[in-house]
Amino acid sequence: MDVARRLWQALDERLQLRPLIEFAAHKEVPQHRHSWAYYFGGLTLFFLGVQIVTGILLLLYYRPTAEAAFESVQFIVTRVPFGWLVRSIHSWSANLMVLAAVVHMLSVFLLGSYAKPRELTWWSGLALLGVALGFGFSGYLLPWNELSFFATRIGTDMVSKVPLIGHWLLTFLRGGEEVTGATLTRFFGLHVAVLPMITAALVGLHLGLIQRQGMHVPGHLAEEARRRRPLRFIPNFVLRESIVWLAGLAALAALAAFLPWELGVKADPFASAPAGIKPEWYFLFMFETLKLLPAHVLGIEGELVGLGVFTLAGAAWFLIPVLDRGAAIGRRSRVVLVAGLAALAAVVLITALSLAGVLS
Amino acid sequence: MTDSAAAQQSSRRRFVNWLLGTSVGATLAATVYPVFRFVIPPPVAEAPVNRVLAARLSELPPNSGKVFRFGARPGIIVRTATGEVRAFAATCTHLNCTVQYRPDFQHIWCACHNGHYDLQGKNIEGPPPRPLETFRVDLAGDDVYVTRGA
Repeated sequence: MDVARRLWQALDERLQLRPLIEFAAHKEVPQHRHSWAYYFGGLTLFFLGVQIVTGILLLLYYRPTAEAAFESVQFIVTRVPFGWLVRSIHSWSANLMVLAAVVHMLSVFLLGSYAKPRELTWWSGLALLGVALGFGFSGYLLPWNELSFFATRIGTDMVSKVPLIGHWLLTFLRGGEEVTGATLTRFFGLHVAVLPMITAALVGLHLGLIQRQGMHVPGHLAEEARRRRPLRFIPNFVLRESIVWLAGLAALAALAAFLPWELGVKADPFASAPAGIKPEWYFLFMFETLKLLPAHVLGIEGELVGLGVFTLAGAAWFLIPVLDRGAAIGRRSRVVLVAGLAALAAVVLITALSLAGVLS
Repeated sequence: MTDSAAAQQSSRRRFVNWLLGTSVGATLAATVYPVFRFVIPPPVAEAPVNRVLAARLSELPPNSGKVFRFGARPGIIVRTATGEVRAFAATCTHLNCTVQYRPDFQHIWCACHNGHYDLQGKNIEGPPPRPLETFRVDLAGDDVYVTRGA
């Protein structure tokens, strides 16, 4: 005990840590009927932690070449002790991380927490979701199986439709004209080096902004939040968040153990795309929409129209803090709210119909 | 300090700022440009493939198809129910998937977004915006040769 105290004193003397401790000790989380929304960002962070740990473990055996990738994952799941579990956790946790991030984002949207002065938090959060999808897309290819091969062909072909720089982007992503071993090596580099670095910077910024500005309380809940006693961050909120993390871990463990992630069949660049091919659930709405669009809409190729609409919708979603300036003074734009809810309903409906097999 | 001395100093400062600014810009450009060029791989010289032995006729019963390698890209050879042999590029014109022959539909189909092509390679249903590229087919005994630029 004495050693710990002396170590603390030595560190405090050199780094002046006391103000940080004071800050943490006095930090409070407002309480109101929608306080549940404050837990999903932390849950996303928990799954990110699981991804880092299991990702590092998988790196010990994974080999990023077209000749060896599939076999190395096969080796991990069949021969390495607990390899199936580590790989299954990595895959499931990736999906749960995206799910938690999406719920977090939607709660921020519904409570209007994107408004001034929190625009940068909204934008850094969206950038993080984009990076998470980038992780999902690049990681999907790494086992080099049939499904991932065609998903990458489709995804990178979509990128090629970007005006002016589309072909450059395609070549950059694929490492050539086609999806080959060069693509796999690139995606591996992105997945284990570039994206983690960007994530670290963005998570730092996102969390820093939240610490600096505190939790947002929506205008209509302000009175309730004033009436109720706020929760102390340490230890109360931390303990409650731990329960949420434990629940996340339990769900993850159950999914990984009872529904181990499949490896599929090794990719063959000269085989037909298999029937029933589908992307991950978070790309399903895009996939189904592109399937339903006719070859031409008003003389323009259907997929270009679809991708154009997705891009515009994404841009509008990104710009919500600018489009809904009134939210900062408690006057939310009904147009933004209704349009956002309609887009959300459309995405949920298409995804649900696709998962139910109605659209296949 | 006289006005002329102050003006001289201000103009010197502007010059130094300009010099520093351009140096920083040049350093950045000299760093970024090679990186920008590095990430795009050089074109790999490949012998152009215009004709391949795509299949044996004996392995293609009527109402069947086979995907074959045509240079760096896949092609598809189809034997219709009436016994005719036709060949096309197997890359779907929608979003780059590889198509297949569906004996139950008796035409070409893309599993990725449910695109349909007839036995002339024409897009007839679903999202594909253009027909498949058609290849010429030559039979030499049991050998089926496919030639680009039909």
